[in-house]
Amino acid sequence: MLRVNIIKNLNNFKIDVAFEMGKETVVLLGPSGAGKSTILNCIAGLVKPDIGSISWYDQALFDSDKGINLPVRARKVGYVFQAYALFPHMSVSKNICYGVNEKDVIGNPKALVMEIMEKFHISGLANKYPHQLSGGERQRVALARSLVIRPKLLLLDEPFSALDTETKAMLYHEFLQLKNEWNIPIILITHNEEEARLLGDRLISIKQGQLQE
Amino acid sequence: MLQPIYLSLRVATIATILSLVIGTSFAYLLAHKRLKGITLIETLLTLPLVLPPTVIGYGLLILFGRNTIFGRFLYNNLGIQVVFTTTGAIIAATVVALPLMYQSIKAAFANIDPIYERAAATLGAGRIKIFFTITLPLAWTGILSGTVLAFARALGEFGATLMIAGNIPGRTQTIPLAIYFAVETGNKALANKLVALMTTFSFIVIFVLNLWLKKKHYISLMREENVES
Repeated sequence: MLRVNIIKNLNNFKIDVAFEMGKETVVLLGPSGAGKSTILNCIAGLVKPDIGSISWYDQALFDSDKGINLPVRARKVGYVFQAYALFPHMSVSKNICYGVNEKDVIGNPKALVMEIMEKFHISGLANKYPHQLSGGERQRVALARSLVIRPKLLLLDEPFSALDTETKAMLYHEFLQLKNEWNIPIILITHNEEEARLLGDRLISIKQGQLQE
Repeated sequence: MLQPIYLSLRVATIATILSLVIGTSFAYLLAHKRLKGITLIETLLTLPLVLPPTVIGYGLLILFGRNTIFGRFLYNNLGIQVVFTTTGAIIAATVVALPLMYQSIKAAFANIDPIYERAAATLGAGRIKIFFTITLPLAWTGILSGTVLAFARALGEFGATLMIAGNIPGRTQTIPLAIYFAVETGNKALANKLVALMTTFSFIVIFVLNLWLKKKHYISLMREENVES
């Protein structure tokens, strides 16, 4: 269970949101500049809210009253960025392997990486570099990289916006499968209402930093 | 003839390594932390680029001379003598090479999209891991060109070196000093050889660097095209 209740002042408006979610896919829908990405960044720990709290079951990720602000690396939150942010100087397998901490893994970390590449149908791309991949392939690599660390929840910032219509249709289908298979809370950002209805279990509209469920 | 060449290479190499470490540290700190007095530190780091080398040399002479508390401390407690020693030549070369190094590395760090460092953090990496696996590899073009420029500048250092280290063959007489005193004493043959060597070496270094940077630029253009398609 993720609980978010935060206020963050931005230059021209204020983000003031409160919501709870379980193992479901919540879509944050709203025009660009509505503060959607900032909400994800607050959950991931990349941006510090001004006041409020973010908690995962009984673990506080952020709590302004108690002075808790867990660093990004300790939050174990999977994050797929808008342009995927694949490390340009690393091969696909190195990218996916980046977050695999050998201490945490039972068994062979290499086997883990191979297994997830198989699952995402990208085994053949292991030695390729991000600039050699198509948009769809990049998205699969980014998803594999964020899921291989077994995150407690998955954040997706406009993951389909950079893709052409055909690729989109295919990846929507893959996403719906992934959702069932991984069964973790997912927050997905989009400005496309059709996409939101297709992929989300629950829709939250955001305008000027405010929720309109 | 070999003595000044060997000494020059030694002084320039050590000065380059020093300015690489100092330049990278400052560029990283100034890019990632909001420090008070950033502009002041940056100005001080860049100042040797525009000051006459004699001014730098004189400043160093005063700072490290045994008439100041700092200079006396170095000599009495650590046994370090800077004035008229190879150490002095290395310090002079480091001070003039540092601005070039710092500027290159700063630009290289500024060119990195912060999204990669953020992505690395979400994957569980701490600051040190991020620096060595993301920041440094992505900045290495700039770091390498800074290193080459700094080395070339250190190798060519004359004015400040003469002021603080003097012209002692085998200890402080680098190639530029050897050239100057060869001309002074009418040894044209030696001067010609050293000038030819210096010019050829610097030409090759800059030429290869430019060639390599062009190729690098071409590759990055190809990458961008790929992203669009």
